[in-house]
Amino acid sequence: MTATPALKSFATADGRHPAGIDLSAGVLGAIFLFLAALVGLPLLWLAVFAFTNAKGMPTLANFGDLVSDPDLLDPLITTFSLAALVAVFAAISAAPLAWLVSRTNLPGRRIVRALLTASFVTPPFLGAISWEILAAPNSGILNRLWREMSGGTEALFDIYTFSGLVFVVTCYTAPYVFVVLSNALDRIPADLEDAAGILGASRWRVVRAITLPLALPALLAGALVAFLQAMTLFGSPAILAIPAGFHTITTKIYSLFQFPPKPEVAAAAALPLLIVTMLLLFMQSRLLGRRGYAVVGGKSGEARLMALGIWRWPAFALVMMVLALPLFLPYGALLKAAFSRVPAGPLDLASLTLTHVNFVFIEFSQTRRAFANTFILALGTASAGTILTLLIAYMVARQGGRAGRLLEALASAPLAIPGIVLGVGLFLAYTRGPLVLYGTLWILFFAFLTIELPVAYQQMRASFRGLHPELEEASRVLGATRLGTLRRITAPLLKSGVIAGWCLIFIGVVRELSAAVILSSQNTKVLSVVIFDLNESGDLGAIAVIGVTMLLLTFAIIGFANWIAGVGADPRRAVG
Amino acid sequence: MINGLCRSLALLIAMTMAAQAQTPTYKITPELEEAARKEGKVVYYTSIEVKVAEELAKAFEKKYPGIDVVVERNGAERQFSKIGQEYSSKIYNVDIVNSSDAAHFIFWKREGWLASALPDDVQKLYPAGSFDPEGYFAAMRSSLSVIAYNTSLVEAKDAPKSFADLLDPKWQGKLVKAHPGYSGTILTATFQMARDLGWSYFEKLASQQVMQVQSSTDPPRKVIAGERPVMIDGNEYNVFLEKERGAPIEVVYPSEGTPLVIGPTGVMKNAQHPNAARLFHAWSFTLEAQQLMVDKGGLRSLRPDIKEPHGRKPLSEIKLMKDDPVSVDSQVGDIKKRYLRYFKT
Repeated sequence: MTATPALKSFATADGRHPAGIDLSAGVLGAIFLFLAALVGLPLLWLAVFAFTNAKGMPTLANFGDLVSDPDLLDPLITTFSLAALVAVFAAISAAPLAWLVSRTNLPGRRIVRALLTASFVTPPFLGAISWEILAAPNSGILNRLWREMSGGTEALFDIYTFSGLVFVVTCYTAPYVFVVLSNALDRIPADLEDAAGILGASRWRVVRAITLPLALPALLAGALVAFLQAMTLFGSPAILAIPAGFHTITTKIYSLFQFPPKPEVAAAAALPLLIVTMLLLFMQSRLLGRRGYAVVGGKSGEARLMALGIWRWPAFALVMMVLALPLFLPYGALLKAAFSRVPAGPLDLASLTLTHVNFVFIEFSQTRRAFANTFILALGTASAGTILTLLIAYMVARQGGRAGRLLEALASAPLAIPGIVLGVGLFLAYTRGPLVLYGTLWILFFAFLTIELPVAYQQMRASFRGLHPELEEASRVLGATRLGTLRRITAPLLKSGVIAGWCLIFIGVVRELSAAVILSSQNTKVLSVVIFDLNESGDLGAIAVIGVTMLLLTFAIIGFANWIAGVGADPRRAVG
Repeated sequence: MINGLCRSLALLIAMTMAAQAQTPTYKITPELEEAARKEGKVVYYTSIEVKVAEELAKAFEKKYPGIDVVVERNGAERQFSKIGQEYSSKIYNVDIVNSSDAAHFIFWKREGWLASALPDDVQKLYPAGSFDPEGYFAAMRSSLSVIAYNTSLVEAKDAPKSFADLLDPKWQGKLVKAHPGYSGTILTATFQMARDLGWSYFEKLASQQVMQVQSSTDPPRKVIAGERPVMIDGNEYNVFLEKERGAPIEVVYPSEGTPLVIGPTGVMKNAQHPNAARLFHAWSFTLEAQQLMVDKGGLRSLRPDIKEPHGRKPLSEIKLMKDDPVSVDSQVGDIKKRYLRYFKT
């Protein structure tokens, strides 16, 4: 089970190996060691630093600072309040949306789903910057309009407040709840609802008595995801909380890297995040387990859509108004800022300018490097991550057993590690010997790979579950090796699931800021960090140009990947 | 024992003096140009506003084709952390560095990270005290941290005239200020204001619901956008540039004195492109580069033969607070801690 021979055999495996040698044990071992190092090393260093002082002696003083120093305790309290409020509001706003899209005859349901995907692609920090342009208390576009209409001097909404932060984070977290919930609602079998209907329950009674209780575990699971997202977010608090004069724990951890850096305090401050995340994930797996009980065996007919009647178009209008918050308004603001002199000034022809476009693409020497770095990393991580998670999912699905479960646990573990915590851990691990990776793209690659591993793995596992092993067995019986079968039978059948996984990783990498901000250096800056830097000097126009370009490129690449998936989806070709 | 100590001390002093007397200077020669061209690029870390930095880079690239200037702009304090991180990981990206916190150069020199590179022009023309006699750094630029207000929101007669005026309740919720944890200009200004006005000034200021931004380039933008009508601190040069572009903003030089911020440049000892770095260093002190920096960048130059553009108040007519990087270097931790206590970020 050593790594080297296994990798070597994998490299040459093309189905021509004698059928007698099963390579999977070696590959399994290699993947296991790789994952253990990938996930374990940063956490190990984090633990070492959290429990030692600057001289390397064991101590608990770092945790003492954490609970006694108000500079650290206040951000911790703020963070948990933020996460709790976001979880509640995200659930409240996503639930009706998911129900309308999944269970009613709302017009344009496909479009609504697509738009929600678009809000998922939008990096939260870009959303936060857009909302600065929209709702800064005095210069914000919306507040200006409000003053003109009302004639008053008061702002309608101040984004640089705790409630402003809760609002913006909710905007970009609610899509997670929506996805979890609408998936569950899609799968709730219609027969239970039908039964209730036959027994004389009104339509609303059915919703209250059947649909809601069945969807509740998914809603709670979605709210937990929202809680975790909000708790570990770095960009939005850095952009909105600092001007308002407060810290969250993530911005505090980042500030501990100011010179002279205090990695030991940062490590200690990171541990509560890690522990809370693990606890919540444990609760979530309990919840999801119970939901499985409720809807398993749901092979009965398609979910019945409820007719909204005269409420169809009002409901549609409501959905569009909700979608305006994460999408239409911010994108409008970005486009406006990209082409006008004063980002939030009144819109007229005189203020139109190409200065920002010119600056970003001609004068600004970081643009090309940052675009190249970002897309090299996104493509590289997506491809490597896809192969890796595909192998893991295959091993787990077809091998099972204790080894499989262990592998699965390792691949899911990074879910419990917030990006900024992982950033701190990787920084500690790879700025000292034997392997110094800081300053190269590799450290970002490993960070992104680790962060995206769980999501990609979930996607691959789902794809494998829908795949019957008979075809593979036939191939094995006819003499192909396991890896040969994987390449020629299993992989083509998995194509669309694999492409979806690839896209998920790609989007995740482009969005990532919290680990990147700690790990990138001059040569290895990515777009998210460039945007973050530009925001600190207030260059909103340049940010808008870079942000819009980045999103267009992301959509183009994802569209292209899906187009390939479509081309290759011909089942005859795939199996043949 | 004592004898020995005295002897070695005397020797040290003699060596230092010898070094001072003989710090070699250098000029831009065809050989230097050629060697720089072979290296092909120079990595320039700076805390100057990014557009001004790119402007300087462009002018240099035009004068010396074949040598690319890679500009890495960050807030001086952020840049200081980044260089510290990189050097402790033995990553020597940076060739030449400019910072708005002169105290950084005291630290870097002490750590032995800088190379001695004293351009001939600097020794001959620049005021003594504006450069390190041993040639490790020299003041490439200076600027002021000023009060400014939005002229379409505040009438000149109502505008603040002093730092004390900013404590007036009428400015509650109307002030914006940059952060000493990010900006070297603001760290320097905070030190000088705390020294001259006392920390109690900041304590009172903090109760004015101040909007906190990061870079000293940002407050002028927030003022022009109308987000806050008055800025407590921020770059004079950004105010100049915006005003000359027609934006509604006006400078106030506070009656207590205006914080003076010196921005030195130094060549790194471990530079990967040492010749290109020395060429860029020497060029940045020429009349051509300094005049460009003043005209297009709104900065202040310490070069005596510079022509101040019309409409900007000459440095000699402004009451300045005294700069003191040595004290900043020793008090930086305390400054940040106190700031955090009052402003919470």
